[in-house]
Amino acid sequence: MFDDEKINEIKRERERWEKTTVPKWIRQCPECKSEFRNHSGMLIKRVYTPEDIKALDYLRDLGFPGEYPFLRGVHATMYRGRLWTMRMFAGYGTAEQTNKRFKYLLKEGETGLSTAFDYPTIMGYDSDHSMAKGEVGICGVAISSLKDMEILFDGIPLDQVTTSMTINGPAPMLLAMYVAVGDRQCVPREKIGGTTQNDNLKEFFAQKLCIFPPKSSVKLTTDIIEYCARHLPRWNPVSISGYHIREAGATALQELAFTIYDGIAYVESTIERGLKVDDFAHRLSFFFASHNDFFEEIAKFRAARRLWAKIMKERFHTKNPRSMWMRMHVQTSGCTLTAPQPLNNITRTTIQALAAVLGGTQSLHTNSFDEALCLPTEEAVRVALRTQQVIAHESGVTNTVDPLAGSYYVEALTNEMEEKAMEYIQKIDDMGGAIAAIEKGFFQKEIADSAYRYQREIDEKKRIIVGLNEYTIEKEECPIKLLRIDPKAEKEQIIRLQKVKRERDNRKVKEALEKLHYATEKDENLMPTVIEAVKVYVTLGEITEVLREVYGEYKELIVI
Amino acid sequence: MQSTRKIRVLIAKPGLDSHDRGAKVVARALRDAGMEVIYTGLRQTPEQIVETALQEDVDVIGLSILSGAHKALFPRIMELLKQKGLTDVMVFAGGIIPEEDIPELKKLDIKEIFGPGTPTETIIQFVLENIPKRT
Repeated sequence: MFDDEKINEIKRERERWEKTTVPKWIRQCPECKSEFRNHSGMLIKRVYTPEDIKALDYLRDLGFPGEYPFLRGVHATMYRGRLWTMRMFAGYGTAEQTNKRFKYLLKEGETGLSTAFDYPTIMGYDSDHSMAKGEVGICGVAISSLKDMEILFDGIPLDQVTTSMTINGPAPMLLAMYVAVGDRQCVPREKIGGTTQNDNLKEFFAQKLCIFPPKSSVKLTTDIIEYCARHLPRWNPVSISGYHIREAGATALQELAFTIYDGIAYVESTIERGLKVDDFAHRLSFFFASHNDFFEEIAKFRAARRLWAKIMKERFHTKNPRSMWMRMHVQTSGCTLTAPQPLNNITRTTIQALAAVLGGTQSLHTNSFDEALCLPTEEAVRVALRTQQVIAHESGVTNTVDPLAGSYYVEALTNEMEEKAMEYIQKIDDMGGAIAAIEKGFFQKEIADSAYRYQREIDEKKRIIVGLNEYTIEKEECPIKLLRIDPKAEKEQIIRLQKVKRERDNRKVKEALEKLHYATEKDENLMPTVIEAVKVYVTLGEITEVLREVYGEYKELIVI
Repeated sequence: MQSTRKIRVLIAKPGLDSHDRGAKVVARALRDAGMEVIYTGLRQTPEQIVETALQEDVDVIGLSILSGAHKALFPRIMELLKQKGLTDVMVFAGGIIPEEDIPELKKLDIKEIFGPGTPTETIIQFVLENIPKRT
């Protein structure tokens, strides 16, 4: 963007400045550290100048919003036309309780739903399974059958809201139930919109809620991608997730690289299924964390978009620009929240949310200040939603597209993120791909090492966390009210499940399960069969059981 | 007789939640502090945890749980330890456990509960100071 002569002049001047002005000032006021690094370990310079982006070609490397390489945003006008979707992750207790929370959030101005399921649901167990004891409705809503799903979306027209579901192994079952609720509401399938997380690869090294072995898990992910490409045009079949990779301890760079790699793996598995890349790639969506280091996060989001666009174009030869779009949801980082002085978390969340917006996200969840202690109360979740609304309507950052473009620092960091992520991608390619890397424990080890390093830095006070290892309060009384899940939820849920099992047509259930067994063994796309099954109230646990029988269960590879 | 063997610690993850970042960091910190650490992996039933403790002849068990099911699972683990005669094993816990649940859990003989953000050094010191004497 600058001619060589100008760059040389800047270089000369910088060197002069470093020899004269800087040492003079440093004698009076030494720098706090011998070197400054971000979370990804990148060395941060004292100051950035045009020299750091001298190779940047504006039209080639940045371009315009809504055009390749999409660095500046996937849409031409970004938030000037439409704000990001304010989508608060919610779910606890019974379907009735979560339905009430959904309606509360919609009334308070959120613009999309996001469902948190409880652990038994996530692991494919019905609420009455022995493994579910003490866990029903605790960390999310309990969904065992279509009956629960009908209650969850009671009074919420599915053609007027989009719903994200954080579900992976049992994603076919939950999507099937959602489709069934839509059918009951007489909403045409082409109008059903939302997202299933359905990113099974990251489960093996990040979120670790795996049920089936890797190959069968990817098969199920691909079933949904294929089914949606043919029948649910507004559904995002997969939300390729870096969030959990980050929360497990990865750096921003590792999060970026491993997530993009999982995306590559799904594109490959779907092409192998016989689909053309432009039949499905435009519906792939992504999910990232927004952590504390403001500019590092912004650079990560921007680099992610350009990197994905290049990969889609150069590696997969897509023709449709929409297939090159990286549409993303962002969640502020849960692991940065502190239990001491919980109100400080509002500030953290604000900074992280602002980074996501400046990074150009399409959808955002802001954590509540009480989430290091419990699931959020109504008050805490309202403050979190209001944080987004303040950014959207008061801060002015939405007035122009990608306002940080051209910053020497942000562009240099964006380039560095992209280059180093490419090095990781090359390394994983050389290992033989995502599943091979999982089986070698590569991702697991990388993440565990970063997590340990991060904790050591906090323990040694090399990293200051306000209220935790500095600025602490002795004997702090918990200043906030905590949400407790009523233990009655488990009982009520089990009673309802048993009633469903009594009252359904058990002959049809048997037939549906036999059909499912057959389809699973024949390696068919399971979506049609699963939809049929949930409609006759076959439960989540019963379906998962059939799949466990055929696919086997995943045995964790332990890497410390 | 003073034993010279290394302190043996079992870090265990009961419950369905998969938040193993803390458990692994603690496991590694205790190992770096010179202890012998066995980590169970995720989603262990109380029966599996107690069986492993017995097989591995551990001095200490650290339970990590973030799912909120501690009130259902910890009493069962403590009961099984008693049944198996492992009453000299010191048990501590960590994770997201509300303040108000702590007295009840301590009554079960769980020696300490560490909340989120606890420095690993605190946990190492605690183990060293509370290690049961073996004869």
